[in-house]
Amino acid sequence: MLPDAEQTLNLLADRMRGAVAFDALFVGIHSGGAWLADRLAKLIPGDHPVGYIDVSFYRDDFRRTGLKPEVKRTELPFEVEGATIVLVDDVLNTGRSARAAINELFDYGRPGRIELAVLVDRGGRELPIEATYSGARLAVARDLSLVLSRGADGTLVLATEGPARDDMAGGSDA
Amino acid sequence: MKIEIRNGRFIDPKHGIDRVTTLYIAAGKVAAIGAAPALWNANRTIDASGLVVCPGLIDISARLREPGFEYKATLESEMAAAVAGGVTSLACPPDTDPPLDEPGLVQMLKHRARSLNQAHVYPIGALTVGLKGEALTEMGELTDAGCVAFSQAEAPLVDTQVLYRALQYAATFGYRVWLRPQDPYIGRGGVAHDGEVATRLGLTAIPPSAETIALAMIFTLVRETGVPVHLCRLSTAEGVAMIRAARKDGLPVTCDVAVHHLHLCDVDIGWFDTQCHLVPPLRSTRDRAALRAGLADGTVDLVCSDHTPVDDDGKQVPFGESEPGATGLELLLPLTLKWAAEDAVALPAALARITSAPAAMLGLDAGHLAVGQSADVCIFDPNAHWLVEPRALKSQGKNTPFLGLEVPGRVRCTLVGGQVVYEA
Amino acid sequence: MRNPQLDAHGELTHLLTLEGLPADVIVRILDTAVPFTSIAERDVKKVPLLRGKAVFNLFFENSTRTRTTFEIAAKRLSADVINLNIGASSTTKGETLLDTVDNLCAMNADMFVVRHAQSGAPHLIAAHLNRTGRTHVHVVNAGDGRHAHPTQGLLDLFTIRHYKRDFRNLTVAIVGDVLHSRVARSLIHGLTTLGTPEVRAVGPQTLLPTALSALGVRVCNDMREGIKDCDVVVMLRLQNERMHGALLPSAGEFFKHYGLTPEKLAYAKPDAIVMHPGPMNRGVEIDSAVADSDRAVILPQVTFGIAVRMAVLSMLAGN
Repeated sequence: MLPDAEQTLNLLADRMRGAVAFDALFVGIHSGGAWLADRLAKLIPGDHPVGYIDVSFYRDDFRRTGLKPEVKRTELPFEVEGATIVLVDDVLNTGRSARAAINELFDYGRPGRIELAVLVDRGGRELPIEATYSGARLAVARDLSLVLSRGADGTLVLATEGPARDDMAGGSDA
Repeated sequence: MKIEIRNGRFIDPKHGIDRVTTLYIAAGKVAAIGAAPALWNANRTIDASGLVVCPGLIDISARLREPGFEYKATLESEMAAAVAGGVTSLACPPDTDPPLDEPGLVQMLKHRARSLNQAHVYPIGALTVGLKGEALTEMGELTDAGCVAFSQAEAPLVDTQVLYRALQYAATFGYRVWLRPQDPYIGRGGVAHDGEVATRLGLTAIPPSAETIALAMIFTLVRETGVPVHLCRLSTAEGVAMIRAARKDGLPVTCDVAVHHLHLCDVDIGWFDTQCHLVPPLRSTRDRAALRAGLADGTVDLVCSDHTPVDDDGKQVPFGESEPGATGLELLLPLTLKWAAEDAVALPAALARITSAPAAMLGLDAGHLAVGQSADVCIFDPNAHWLVEPRALKSQGKNTPFLGLEVPGRVRCTLVGGQVVYEA
Repeated sequence: MRNPQLDAHGELTHLLTLEGLPADVIVRILDTAVPFTSIAERDVKKVPLLRGKAVFNLFFENSTRTRTTFEIAAKRLSADVINLNIGASSTTKGETLLDTVDNLCAMNADMFVVRHAQSGAPHLIAAHLNRTGRTHVHVVNAGDGRHAHPTQGLLDLFTIRHYKRDFRNLTVAIVGDVLHSRVARSLIHGLTTLGTPEVRAVGPQTLLPTALSALGVRVCNDMREGIKDCDVVVMLRLQNERMHGALLPSAGEFFKHYGLTPEKLAYAKPDAIVMHPGPMNRGVEIDSAVADSDRAVILPQVTFGIAVRMAVLSMLAGN
């Protein structure tokens, strides 16, 4: 039984409140992380400009899977240099997406500090990366992918899909 | 040596014979047809059941690449290809290196060919020295050396005065003049027919007018001089129409088509297939249809292979830099049969285009099998299909647009002067 | 006949021409190029997509401009770029084009960007690689003879889409030396594939190929008629060697009839954009008053060109 995404988001926001710097920049990883970053920027006290990142150009599985059809534009409408950045993603699994996002951030400048906020941590790490804040910890069968979707009214919903084609190509959890 | 060819479908287009019978060969000549001569005792009997027995084919344009281009092909390889294709007589154009403009070169070629003891070789002499279009060659000497006609091959003869005089001079002594009608300017640098394919692929184009302008000019000179001219390698519908009209007017002109042009058109170039880089260029489907119809109704007198061995170095390059030409000696019969089958032309009529008609063009008493005639014979299986692939070809030139395709008609046996020179 | 640039799954393995490319493949390239446009705005103008890949710029014909844009594109993707100007080296030593390719493959080339004076040279290379089983090596046509210049065509399409959004209600005029233009051929195929209802070719008969209308193009000899109510005017470069002789009497007379002046541009729609593949001949095909006006999108074309080439290189490397 999967947790309700909206409740988990509130849980995550509770954990971030007071811990996140007032001037932290929020950077959501397309697509799920981008929706979450928009929502969190309003829920967390302070002034949090939001940027978006598409890690397609930094993925380490490019040689196996090629470029996915819809690459979104990375938009960071602020100075990265010296800033405190909260990377936001929907699901933390292998840690590879976070690694790619961190690499991409560094191509825009040298941030002062990077934190990672995720809605769900499903374990299965392949890199030494941990979330600074997470809404829930979940055990999900390895061949299923965990997908966040957004309804017409903006409501977020978690669902499993699968079996996943492979760990890295499946869903947004790579 | 006495040879008896039994049970074959004997077709002699010139004499209108088409029946299953037996051909008796003795002392290199046709001894009898049907009933055995007196005291007949064959050394060898060939069973031609299910096969066609016809006069050996005559190809009026086959490049043997000697002298000068032995890396592309040699006399040995191409003569072997000829008999494997059922060709027992062939004429070779003068565009060798050096060109066939001196009697010594012609004698040497004749001698080399004779020593191979295969097909008969009839050189076409150069009309002008070095094919340069400036000075006339010694046509008399060249004729004595063995030339049967004179041409410029693919070299342009730009100076109309030289052409005019060449025609007059040749006519004085009754020498044959063959010309390939192509204006050298309008399609200068061109490698493909001026149509949709050349437009799409960005290839320099040769418009059909290159042929029609040259035809109009040649017709004018023929009309003025009364000199007969044979026109080589027609490629356009307009050209066929012009020849039809000229003949109706009584002009002494004849013409031929290369066998590839009966089957291919510019669309076959696809994505720059250099196998389809031919001279003249493959033209539109409409032109192809006109050539086929012209051949069927006799406007086009005959078909030739226009055999041009080109090595891979000549073809594995960008289209515009590639060497035109295709191997053809071994495809002349299959592609003629294919045309006949597709256009419902009777087999004897089709075979006439590659036996008796070219013999007449060369002025040879050949291309038929009357009693007493030299026994140049082709025996083929009209129903056997074979795959055109490099290892199936005897010619050193392995390049042809038909690679990978199945064609009908497999030569089983070829005789020249009563000797079996090829058997499969 | 299978399109030689697509593999058995319909994925792009070489980019040789826009002719015969399915619309969805073209759109995907354009879409992929969008995020690449922002990379130039960053601190580090590089992404690691092609790290460790060897891209050979194989230029048998000189073109500093095109070579540079490919070089920038490949470098921004972190590829190793090797520039070879073959015009003067191998071929004069008797080495054939395919010998050169085989040699470079032995040096572990991953991609060839090929410019050649002969139409079809990149097809020849791609066919050779496919035939010899080296399907992991990709070929990008950077201009072959008069035939095709697909990345230029794509950047033109990208520019048109950027300013005009949808192709399905546009009138596009391509003006000048269409006969010798690979740029024009690629753009024509791209525009018709994406459903542009009216593509016109404008020029004197000497500079228009015979069978142009078979490509779905309306042929206009009169400039005013040709650009009337156009949304996009694409001016082609007139090569110096064509300005005199039997094709045209003079550059001046060409300008008089076909040079794009503000007066002639007034026949187009008020919001029409003006494009040129560069380098421009001011006063021959285009008046400076037009070239320097805000109607001209010639410099954005150059910028978009790099993004489009990045998209092509990365899509090929990923397939």
